Amino acid sequence: MSLSDIWDVLVLGVVLGSLYAVIAIGYTLVYGVLQLLNFAHSEVFMAGGFGGVIALTIFEPATDPSGLQSALYVLLGILGGALLGGLVAFGLEKGAYRPLRRRHASRLIFLITAIGASFFLYNLAGKMFGRYPMPMPTMYENKQVFEVFGTSVNVTQLLIVVAAVLMLLTVDFVVNRTKMGSGIRAVAQDPEVASLMGVDIDKVVSRTFVLGGVMGGVAGFLFGTNLQVEYTMGFLPGITAFAAAVLGGIGNVRGAMLGGLTLGVVEAFTVEWFGDAWRYAGAFAVLVLVLMFRPTGILGERVGRTA
Amino acid sequence: MTAGVTAPKVPSAAKLRKRSWYQQPRWHRLFALVVTALVLAQVTGAQGTRGDLFAALEENFSGGAVWGWLGLAVAIWLVREFAHELLGRYTSRVKEEAGRPAERPGDLTPSGGFSPAAAPVWLPALLARTVRFVTDVVRGQRLYRWGSMAALLGLLIVLPLMVSTFWQQVMVDQIGMFVLVAIGLNVVVGWAGMLDLGFIAFFAIGAYSSAFWTGGLPVEPPVELNNFLVIPIAVLTCLVAGVLLGAPTLRLRGDYLAIVTLGFHEIVYLTAKNWTEFTGGSRGAPQLDRFSVDLGFWSYEWELDPRPYYWLQLAFVVVVLLLFVRLEHSRVGRAWTAIREDEVAAAATGVDTVRFKLLAFAIGASTSGIAGVIYASKLGFINPEMFVLLLSVLALSYVVFGGMGSIPGVLIGTAVLVWLPEYLRDTVDPQDRYMYLGGLLVVMMIYRPQGLLPSRRRQRELRMAEEGSGSADALGARPGGAQA
Repeated sequence: MSLSDIWDVLVLGVVLGSLYAVIAIGYTLVYGVLQLLNFAHSEVFMAGGFGGVIALTIFEPATDPSGLQSALYVLLGILGGALLGGLVAFGLEKGAYRPLRRRHASRLIFLITAIGASFFLYNLAGKMFGRYPMPMPTMYENKQVFEVFGTSVNVTQLLIVVAAVLMLLTVDFVVNRTKMGSGIRAVAQDPEVASLMGVDIDKVVSRTFVLGGVMGGVAGFLFGTNLQVEYTMGFLPGITAFAAAVLGGIGNVRGAMLGGLTLGVVEAFTVEWFGDAWRYAGAFAVLVLVLMFRPTGILGERVGRTA
Repeated sequence: MTAGVTAPKVPSAAKLRKRSWYQQPRWHRLFALVVTALVLAQVTGAQGTRGDLFAALEENFSGGAVWGWLGLAVAIWLVREFAHELLGRYTSRVKEEAGRPAERPGDLTPSGGFSPAAAPVWLPALLARTVRFVTDVVRGQRLYRWGSMAALLGLLIVLPLMVSTFWQQVMVDQIGMFVLVAIGLNVVVGWAGMLDLGFIAFFAIGAYSSAFWTGGLPVEPPVELNNFLVIPIAVLTCLVAGVLLGAPTLRLRGDYLAIVTLGFHEIVYLTAKNWTEFTGGSRGAPQLDRFSVDLGFWSYEWELDPRPYYWLQLAFVVVVLLLFVRLEHSRVGRAWTAIREDEVAAAATGVDTVRFKLLAFAIGASTSGIAGVIYASKLGFINPEMFVLLLSVLALSYVVFGGMGSIPGVLIGTAVLVWLPEYLRDTVDPQDRYMYLGGLLVVMMIYRPQGLLPSRRRQRELRMAEEGSGSADALGARPGGAQA
C-alpha cells in the first residue's frame, strides 16, 4: 500500500471519525451528568438527519445552487438538524428520563427505557416519513476543493470536518468556560452537593440533553449529506460513537473526541485492509484491546467521582 | 465595615414563591398531555408514503382523529386538575375498606353493610378482599406449591393442542427459544447483576456448534454426532466462550462491560457472516439435521410438526429450571446476591467476586447454547441474520420487563414480549410492531420498573435504591441528579 493510498484512507477515516466524535459527545455529556448510557441518542442523530431533509424540502434548493446560495442551504440544513435533534433530546429527557430520575430508579431501568425509547422513536420516524432511504437535496456541487498529498478532498468531506471541528471547539468552550458548563461539571462531580450550592439540577440535565442533542442532530444532517437519510440510519453510527465515548473514557468530553477520531480512522483502515464486511469489527476489536489494558478508556475517568 | 454599605435587598420568601397564573404547573401538565395526544395521533395514524415527505403528517393532522386525541387529553387534564380531591377522597375510602383483614368468610361483609348507595366503595373493595382471602387460603394449603406447579405444567403440555399451527410455530420458534435464552440471561443480569448486551452471541455459538457437529457447515467435523450429543458439546463450547470473554473483561465496571459484550456480539456476528470457509458466510447452513433418537428397538425423529419440538423444549426448560431453582439459594446463588447488592462488601467478606461472576457468565452462556442447538435443529437452517444485535438488546428487555431475578417473572415477561409483536401482526400495521413494543417498554419502566412479577428480594433492593441506600445492580453508582 503506497503512501497516497494511506492518505486516501486517512481522509476517509478523519471524515468518519469527526462525525463519530460529535455523536460521542452526546453520549459522554449525558453519561457525565446522569451515569446513563443513553441508547436513544442514536435516534437523536437520526432525527437530525430528518431535520435537515425537512428543512431543505420546505425551502427547496434551486436546481443549480452556487456560492452564497449553497452556503445558505447548508446553514439551513444544519439549523434544521440542530433543531429537530435538540427537540427530540429535550422531549426524551422530559418524557422518559425525568420520571425515572424523580424516583431514583436503578441504572438498568434507565437503560431499558432508553432501549424502548430508541425502538419507539426510530419506528415512529419510519412511520411518519416512510421506510426508505432518501437522499439529501443537492445543496452544492460536490467538487474537489484541494488535494492532500495526491488525495482529493471534496466539498462534503471538507464541510463535515470543518463543521465537526467547530462544534467540538464550541462544546469544549461551553463545558469548560461558561456558567452552564460549570453547572454541568458540578452535577457530574456530585449532584447532591451541586444542588446544595444552588445548581438547578433539572435545568442542567435538560440543557445537557439539548446540547448533546444539537450536536447529534447536526451530525445526523452531515451524515445524511455524505450518504442518505433513513429511519434506521442511527443504529450503527450510534453504537460506534457509543464505543468511541467509552474508548475515550466515558464522561470525558475530550476523550470522546479522541475516541471518535480513533475509531473513525480504525474503521477506514479496517475497510481498506479486510473489506467492507468487517467494517465494525475493527472498531470493537480496538475497543476491547484498549479496555483490557486501560479499563477506564484512553483519557481515563473524568475528574471527580470514581463511581 | 463602613456605615455606607448596606446589605443587599433580599426579596421576601413569599414573593420568591409567588407564581403568575400562567406559571402554574398545571399548564405544563396540559402541555405534556397535548404533546402526548399529538404523538399518539401519529402513532395510530397513517403510514408515510414514498416521494412525499409530509403526506403522513398532513393526513394525520387534518383528520378527526387528532381532535379526538386532543379532546381526550383535555378531558383527562380537566378531571385530573379539577376533580382531583374528589377522586382522592374516593380512592382513599376504597383503600381503607379494602385494607380490612378477613379471617373467616363472614368477615368479608362490608363495614357499612350492603347498602346500594355506597356500592361504588364496597364493591371494588369486596372484590379485592375476596381475592386476597381466597389466595391466602389456597397459599396456606400444604399442597399449594406442588399442586399449582403440576397444574401449570399440565396446562403447558396441552397448550399446543389447543392453538392454531401459526401459534404453535410461534411458541416453538420464538417463545420457547427466548424463554431458554432469558433464563440464561437472568443468571447474568438478574442474579449476578452484570449487564450483558451481547447475549445472543452465545445463542449463535450454540447454533453454529450444532451445525458444525451435525455436518451442516462447509467444514467436515471429526465425527458427525446426533443433536442430543451435540448439546453437551455446545454447552461446553459456550462455557469456554463465556470464560474467554469474561476473564479479561470482568474487572471492567458495569458500563464498560456492557459495551464490551456488545462488541463481542458484533464480532461473533461478523465472523459468522464473513468467515465463509467455516460458517458458510451469509448463506449460513441451509440444511441441518433434526433431533432424532435411535435406541435400536425404538427410534423417533422430530419432524416438521412443531408440537414434538415444543414438548422437547419444555422438557429442557423444566430441567434447566429445576437446576437453577436449586442454584438460586445455594452458596453460589447467595454469593451472586451479595455481589449484586454490594460488590465491595462481598469481596471484603470473602466472596471471590471474579470467580463467581465468571461462573455466572459461563452458566448463562451455556444455557443460551442449549437454546441455540434446539433452534438450529428446529428450523433446519441457520444464517447470521438470525443473530443480529437487536435480539441481544431485546433479550435484555425481556428479562427486565418480566422482573429481573425472578424465574416466573422472566418466563412471563419473555412470553408476553415475544407474543406481543406476533399478536400485533394482525391488529396493527406489521411494520409498526416494534414501535408499540418500544412504547410499552418505556411506559412499563416508568410505571412498574420492578417488572411484571418481581422477586421479593429484587423488589426490596429496588425500593432501597430508590430511597437512596445501595444500588440494585453491580453497575456502579445509580444515576444521579435526581431532586424530587
